[in-house]
Amino acid sequence: MDFLNAIIALSNFALLPAIAYGSQLALGALGVTMIYGILRFSNFAHGDTMAFGTMCVILITWYMQSLGIDFGPLPTALLALPFGILCCIAFLLLVDRAVYRFYRAQKANPVILMIVSMGVMFILHGLVRLILGPGDQRFDDGSRFVMTAREFKQWTGFSEGLAVKTSHGITILTAIAVVAALLWFLNKTRTGKSMRAYSDNEDLALLSGVSPDRVVAITWIIVAALATIAGTLYGLDKSYKPFTYFSLLLPIFASAIVGGLGNPLGVIAGGFVIAFSEIFVTYAWKKVLGYILPEYLKPEGLVQLLSTDYKFAVSFLILLAVLLLRPTGLFGENRS
Amino acid sequence: MKDRIRTILLFALAAALIVGTGFLQSWNTALIILNMGLISAVMSLGVNMQWGYAGLFNVGILGFVALGGLATVLIAMPPTTAAWSAGGARVIAGLVCGAVVVAAVIAVFRHMKRSKWRALIASVLLVGGFFLYRGIFDPGVEAVEAVNPAISGYLGGFGLPVLLAWPAGGLLAAGAAWIIGKSALGLRSDYLAIATLGIAEIILAIIKNEDWLARGVKNVIGIPRPVPYEIDLQNTPYFAEKAISLGMDPVTTSSLFVKLSYSLLFSIVLVFIVVLSQLSLNSPWGRMMRAIRDNETAASAMGKDITARHLQIFILGSAVCGIAGAMMTTLDSQLTPTSYQPLRFTFLIWVMVIVGGSGSNLGAVLGGFLIWFLWVQVEPAGLWLIRIITSPLAEDNALRAHLIENAAHMRLLTMGLILILMLRLSPKGLIPEK
Repeated sequence: MDFLNAIIALSNFALLPAIAYGSQLALGALGVTMIYGILRFSNFAHGDTMAFGTMCVILITWYMQSLGIDFGPLPTALLALPFGILCCIAFLLLVDRAVYRFYRAQKANPVILMIVSMGVMFILHGLVRLILGPGDQRFDDGSRFVMTAREFKQWTGFSEGLAVKTSHGITILTAIAVVAALLWFLNKTRTGKSMRAYSDNEDLALLSGVSPDRVVAITWIIVAALATIAGTLYGLDKSYKPFTYFSLLLPIFASAIVGGLGNPLGVIAGGFVIAFSEIFVTYAWKKVLGYILPEYLKPEGLVQLLSTDYKFAVSFLILLAVLLLRPTGLFGENRS
Repeated sequence: MKDRIRTILLFALAAALIVGTGFLQSWNTALIILNMGLISAVMSLGVNMQWGYAGLFNVGILGFVALGGLATVLIAMPPTTAAWSAGGARVIAGLVCGAVVVAAVIAVFRHMKRSKWRALIASVLLVGGFFLYRGIFDPGVEAVEAVNPAISGYLGGFGLPVLLAWPAGGLLAAGAAWIIGKSALGLRSDYLAIATLGIAEIILAIIKNEDWLARGVKNVIGIPRPVPYEIDLQNTPYFAEKAISLGMDPVTTSSLFVKLSYSLLFSIVLVFIVVLSQLSLNSPWGRMMRAIRDNETAASAMGKDITARHLQIFILGSAVCGIAGAMMTTLDSQLTPTSYQPLRFTFLIWVMVIVGGSGSNLGAVLGGFLIWFLWVQVEPAGLWLIRIITSPLAEDNALRAHLIENAAHMRLLTMGLILILMLRLSPKGLIPEK
């Protein structure tokens, strides 16, 4: 009984949030890895792209709410999501046309593209702050819980409660659907195959008649969709603040690199590795250990390995260890 | 010759902008811009060393600047004797213990062959060492932070003259750069970028959370100054008389005098670093650096030790950023960790280097002044622009009020546009490398 209580407490406070956070990171990191694979640079503007897409969703959500449209128990933001994605796609295609295309034609060094993406990052960050302001925005509505801790206790009779937040449920389901769709697209459709061919060997793909402009445009479309979805899910789950999205850059890059840049399945695993380590290292184990350990070993302190403020340090240390010991990523193929 | 005239004209433009601010707004504002411009120029010189000379992509500048600020607190603040006797020894012992554990793990990795045993011993050392470190360290920290938390609650500094903090800030940043360089250099440029981004976050997290060190987010205020206080000047009869005899108000004069003294100190540092950088860039060492940057394989074939040179330049550049950080904290007389924003202290410095001209020291200095000037002045200009754009809307229009309220963020937009336009139209910068 105590053991089950321990598992329930752990699921409630650490497992579920970690799975949700991991899904959000994985979606973000998939965007980074798509850009890296096809356009061949590390996009510093990705966190702010997520912020921009989410901002579109938020504005449309507010508009829908003002019209009295709602989605029953689910957040209205899900209804607004497709429109937000369209806005983000339009914007990214515009940016590509105005900024990145020039350097692609020149076959510029990836480092230059990285610096260019810093400029785009400034612009996106400025735009978001200009339009929404730098503060916290709330846009979630609908019911907060699929199952509250009290319902669970009454239903099962355990002394520990397990609450399932709506945002966690939505995040996990959406992430599964999006990833399945993306993998199907990349592996089964003609366009997806041509994109993978382009990513593996650009010259060979061009010789086989793959249209580079089309591949690049589709990449941006997918990236916009992934970034908007990831950003909206993160915003629904936690809160929306432009600066937080900028800071997500580090765990997202860490997920992408840990998983092996350019490998979608590895990147998803990377997202979960980072999310689980961040949450488990900064989780206060007192309650769980209190259930498992015998009476005389019960901990007095919180048994928190690191304070939550150091969660970035965790993703970073994992990143560094992977870079030094296995530079192709935990799940990457050994390509030199 | 043409290049030289161009350089002189550009610097004259920067000077004119600052002097113009003096005439049009106030001399106080002009001097504030000048002082931060001098500091920005030093930071941008540091980044230019790493990126311009050696092609190292460092986006962790914020961390080194913050370390410089930390050095200022550690050097100039008086020691908190009560805190030292309460838990100082324990804290130090904890830190030493932590360092010994890390060194032991590294030694195990160095001296043992790759095997299961090595991994096992290293993990046991690491986990055991971590708990030992927390066991020694935590009670010490608790004791230190309990000492008068409202005004101190930290160990304090050495109570030395604040000017010593500038070289100390450089040394501290150099030390951190050594550790980082040892582990992260040699990575591909985009990986190095991510790694440095993460390190800056960690350094900042440490400064924010380790209250025993520099009070964390409670800020350290009232750091001693290398120049006199305004109020003392006003109370000095000689100074007040002199000001009045020049036809100026003693209060304004004292404030200008203090700012000018800072400008003088900062200028000395800037000129010193510029001269050294120019000399080294034109020396055989500088040529070797550029050779490595332009073609690592060829340089390596010529027998140059690329890793060692990269480490050297990474440390040098970071040290310069640390010095700038210490200068800035000295100017502010306070350390406020929450004010260290990556956009302001990492990416803005990059804009300065790119706009000035990668690889050119004078360009970095010019970029520092020009971009800092814009960063300050775009804010009112953006407000003015938004007022004009939204003028067709009614005075109490919600959209108009909202945009005006957020107009300050126009500066981020402007910086992004400048960076992108510069890279497109003149990728070598205003003063290109020769």
